[in-house]
Amino acid sequence: MKIYVTSVFVDDQQKALDFYTEMLGFTKKHDIPVGGARWLTVVSPEDPEGTELLLEPDGHPAVGPYKKALVADGIPATSFQVTDVQAEYERLRGLGVTFTQEPMEAGPVTTAVFDDTCGNLIQIVTPA
Amino acid sequence: MGDVFKALADPTRRTILDELTERDGQTLFEICVRLTGRHQLSLTRQAVSQHLAVLEEAGLITTRKQGRYKFHHLDTTPLAAIFERWPITRKGQAP
Repeated sequence: MKIYVTSVFVDDQQKALDFYTEMLGFTKKHDIPVGGARWLTVVSPEDPEGTELLLEPDGHPAVGPYKKALVADGIPATSFQVTDVQAEYERLRGLGVTFTQEPMEAGPVTTAVFDDTCGNLIQIVTPA
Repeated sequence: MGDVFKALADPTRRTILDELTERDGQTLFEICVRLTGRHQLSLTRQAVSQHLAVLEEAGLITTRKQGRYKFHHLDTTPLAAIFERWPITRKGQAP
């Protein structure tokens, strides 16, 4: 068994695709119509055969309160690895991305947290 | 208003204030990461929330809603009462 896909709940799949490709730099992998929505995944260009990120519609009534509560407390929906959190922070900030946590060293890792504009917070991490 | 002295008596709460002194305006998540990552204090999120509630009761932190996010800010105003009650003098210090 292996993890081939993970997901974030997004409020708008097209907006999410734009953000995750144009801002974060991921590439679209699958885009398949399914029951009014899309099976829409992106991958890292550094690992095109690696784990896919599913941009999943957040229409289920339980998802709204769940996302809202996590965002209020600053809790990220998921976490991506980058080679340099500080550089990525500056690049994304330059593109107008909002951070709820600036780069911070905590033990063996440096982390930062930003808003994906689709109702989630995302953590970026650089291991020591 | 809660008791400032009781709020300050706990080392974890003092650590939270230290971290807010370093960078003011943190989410609950950031405070938790700082306590575990920097101080090896592995508290549950609920325990951290309770500490924050005691600090807020004592007026030592305030919370601010900014859009969908909630940030915690340091407020040292209640500490002024300590120095008004027991003013800092130079007595007893080495010349």
